[in-house]
Amino acid sequence: MLFGILVNEGPYQHQASDSAYLFAKAAIEEGHTIFRVFFYHDGVNNGTRLATPPQDDRHIPNRWSELAQEHEIDLVLCVAAAQRRGMVDPDEMKRHKKDADNIADKFRISGLGQLIEAGVQADRLITFGD
Amino acid sequence: MLHTVNKSPFEKNSLDTCLRLIDDSSSVLLIEDAVYGALENTSISDKIKKAQQATKFYVLGPDLKARGLDKSSLISNIEVIDYKGFVTLTVENDKIQNWL
Repeated sequence: MLFGILVNEGPYQHQASDSAYLFAKAAIEEGHTIFRVFFYHDGVNNGTRLATPPQDDRHIPNRWSELAQEHEIDLVLCVAAAQRRGMVDPDEMKRHKKDADNIADKFRISGLGQLIEAGVQADRLITFGD
Repeated sequence: MLHTVNKSPFEKNSLDTCLRLIDDSSSVLLIEDAVYGALENTSISDKIKKAQQATKFYVLGPDLKARGLDKSSLISNIEVIDYKGFVTLTVENDKIQNWL
């Protein structure tokens, strides 16, 4: 079965990033496919490559990148939410004349259409967040 | 239809809203802080028990354990499931409503 996941909450805030990740992992273990994870609102903060959590804590952004690498999951940050929160990829850096980008490996920035498409393409769309 | 609730009923009224809209074709899964809603002898446990007459209730075991709770403190007939069981519920129900 094809799954789409929507994450509306930042990492280390409450539990949504963890729940979404553990759900995705369990779905893959059960033989399902995660078509896309769409990060909206504060959820876009899951996509920073500059996070340095303590070594004995889980690294939420890296964990997403690794899962995406391993299982070809499309990780999409909402562009409007990303702009507000300073999440920048190389294209956005050039477009807005910023001095750096900070997007983690395997994440990309795109529009809300990607969420709608996930809802249309996937058999199930499940939301985690505040 | 699968309904998930992730906030404690003592913090937000999303579980209450969910309870008002479910019917006998619904399943309700309590995750994250909503696991507190599955506890016996609280101000809302009677409401849950009433809803149980028509609707099946589940609670996510790892989230229960993370809060130092187990099956013994829950309202009876609430099924404790793991993430694998969570995935199964999303497959069995063709629509998912996540109350946040």
